[in-house]
Amino acid sequence: MSEVIKLRKGLNIKLKGKAEMILDTAPMPEVYALKPTDFQGLTPKLSVKPGQEVKAGDPLFYHKYYPEILFTSPVGGTVTSVNRGERRKILEVLVQVNENAGYAEFTKADPLSLAPEKIREQLLQSGVWPFIRRRPYGTIARPDETPKAIFVSCFDTAPLAPDYEFILKGAEQTFQTGINALSKLTTGKVHLGIPADNASSIFQAVKNAEVHRFDGPHPAGNVGIQIHHISPVNKGEVVWTVNPQDVLFIGRLFETGRVDFSKTIALTGSEVTRPRYLKTRLGAVLTPLLEGNLNEGNLRVISGNVLTGQKVAPYNFLGFYDSQITVIPEGDEYEFMGWAAPGIDKFSASQTFLSTLFPKKEYRLNANLHGGERAFVLTGQYEKFLPMDILPVYLLKAILVNDIDKMERLGIYEVVEEDLALCEYACTSKIKVQEILRKGINVMMKELG
Amino acid sequence: MKAIRNFFEKTKPLVQKGAKYQWLHAVHDGFFTLFFVQKNTSKSGTHIHDFIDLKRTMGIVVLALIPALLFGMYNTGFQHYQAIGELESTGFFSVFFYGFLKVLPIIIVSYVVGLGIEFAFAQMRGHEINEGFLVSGILIPLVMPVNTPLWMIALATAFAVIFGKEVFGGTGMNVWNPALLARAFLFFAYPAQMSGDSVWVALGSSDKVVDGFSGATPMALAAAGHPEINVMDAFLGFIPGSIGETSALAILIGAVILIVTGIGSWKIMASTVAGGLFMGLLLNIFAVNPYMEMPFWHHLIIGGFAFGAVFMATDPVSAAQTNTGKWIYGFLIGVVAILIRVLNPAYPEGMMLAILLMNTFAPLIDYYVVEANIKRRLKRAKIAA
Repeated sequence: MSEVIKLRKGLNIKLKGKAEMILDTAPMPEVYALKPTDFQGLTPKLSVKPGQEVKAGDPLFYHKYYPEILFTSPVGGTVTSVNRGERRKILEVLVQVNENAGYAEFTKADPLSLAPEKIREQLLQSGVWPFIRRRPYGTIARPDETPKAIFVSCFDTAPLAPDYEFILKGAEQTFQTGINALSKLTTGKVHLGIPADNASSIFQAVKNAEVHRFDGPHPAGNVGIQIHHISPVNKGEVVWTVNPQDVLFIGRLFETGRVDFSKTIALTGSEVTRPRYLKTRLGAVLTPLLEGNLNEGNLRVISGNVLTGQKVAPYNFLGFYDSQITVIPEGDEYEFMGWAAPGIDKFSASQTFLSTLFPKKEYRLNANLHGGERAFVLTGQYEKFLPMDILPVYLLKAILVNDIDKMERLGIYEVVEEDLALCEYACTSKIKVQEILRKGINVMMKELG
Repeated sequence: MKAIRNFFEKTKPLVQKGAKYQWLHAVHDGFFTLFFVQKNTSKSGTHIHDFIDLKRTMGIVVLALIPALLFGMYNTGFQHYQAIGELESTGFFSVFFYGFLKVLPIIIVSYVVGLGIEFAFAQMRGHEINEGFLVSGILIPLVMPVNTPLWMIALATAFAVIFGKEVFGGTGMNVWNPALLARAFLFFAYPAQMSGDSVWVALGSSDKVVDGFSGATPMALAAAGHPEINVMDAFLGFIPGSIGETSALAILIGAVILIVTGIGSWKIMASTVAGGLFMGLLLNIFAVNPYMEMPFWHHLIIGGFAFGAVFMATDPVSAAQTNTGKWIYGFLIGVVAILIRVLNPAYPEGMMLAILLMNTFAPLIDYYVVEANIKRRLKRAKIAA
């Protein structure tokens, strides 16, 4: 039994609408899309034209600076359109499904018997590579680097997050195959993070990986927090991270020689009539999943969780890395003297509302800012929600003044947006923490590569 | 309610840039956001935000100040009637009402002048009104002697808001605590009117004082070599002093509110008290005069020590910002305050200067805490390499 790493800082936000442990099959969507905007620091180059036929696993676009990184179609069918935004930026590449279009064929082999170069090549060509991200910066792993370790956080502590034990049950063998492949790509180890309270975890039995147990509130399940406590990223070092469900894509690729991007997502949030798990596919259009499942009202549909997810219009697509959809009220209404109310139903990280007396209650929270944006006034607030030896406010201030040297020395290599998301949630001054942090990371990438 | 909202929504276009009443924009925005939490929703980053905002934060601090304020009003009346020897014959409410009438104008002047300047700057700079002055506006009256002329209050408030805050960029950017700066301004600009024994008790020109009345604060008496205090009176606050500082009990209630809600830093409060006790003890050990011999813990209940520790030192903007820094910052405030109090003959009270001094050094303390964090990271990298 591995040692438990105890984290005291953080916060579990209790929202209404946790997914029941029921796996439903939703109607399979007709349209799928890959969104280049899901990837930090990516400049996409198209490989297809509208009207072109593709097989599942055929490239749709590629990385301008690392052309060997391909982004492939999750389904076989016809490329219907390429939606562009301002300055012709590619937003979405849409594929209309045709179940008879077939699959692109790759090598079917036990990854343990393959050379690391062969594994890399197969991951790149099949479009599974982008599921591997690197830290620093949280961008797609670079094909020319070898990480000192690979991390998979097997649990998610974010609000209403899906339970990966439930999702991966029955797919242990495929997960193991995926881990085997990953273990050949690093000079160090593959590290799995699991919750401390789950002694019977299916992840305990995984071979070729080291299991670490974490105890504490969100963000204990964030892979960045786990890296910090197991093998922190110093200047010049690189680690890779993969989401647990994405390990299955790697496993299936080597087990079947084909890409199979089916995944289970949790449909959650206070405005979902029956929160539960649904089987679908990467890049699925969300409309058929949501239809008939939502309450009335002005709603916000989020691909991902309420802290880090992307707002998507109803006709939009599941994010590349997301295993969760959350629907909450938009909350664009005035509230009379809202700041002075006793606040029995107002969940707060501070103890300034009466809700603090009911720690077990679940809340229906909306997307209202609940206040105006201000300068940094309160102190010691962010530190309570970041279980890392990092001074978040000083890091953010270094970013605001564009001091690259300071950013580096204050630990920008170790964090991505999700790690500081709770700080943004709790911030009295409503400062856009994640936006600032990404700006800083972009500056670092531009200046230092 | 709906009518108010309609009024604000209807008038909103009139105060936008280029519109007729553009110069009222900050005022409109200030009152609109006071009455209604706006309907703005998250555009980037987290989709949900905490219900707390700066208005509530400042509201909690004002709430925590209420006990000290109410007691200060009562004590103003109490000291007055005691001085003229009519305390026994006057009812509780008359005593309170006398103080209320004395204190209220000071509060009004402080708010009108301070908020006026805040509104003007918000309008000039085109940003929202900052809530910081909601607290400063009540802190300023509470640290003043009750006999301070109103024009001095106005002048000090203007000085504190303009030179203490706005020149640095507004709430969140200031180096010193604005309320203390107002007090310090008067202390050094008008020393004759701001110290001595006659400023602490409100007396009319026709009032006859009883025999033996001096009006001196325990601090002044102690500095003069008579550090004997009635502990119960000092704890409850029935002593002369600045309006809000006398009652350790009322301040303690405020401290509980600040700590329970998490708005005030318990670290700073605890370390300030620890620093004060430490220095007091040290002076007891090496005592050569009656003041140094005064039991060390008496320092906590006389003068502005308690008020400073709870409401002034904890101002998040001017205090140290790192958790480690807060311990050092608070402790040094306590040490320096008692040091000035007992050993410096020129200033009977050391708390104000101690806090302003440590405000100045807070960024330096933080600098070293941040450097230590950087060093830990570099060391880790070296071990790994």
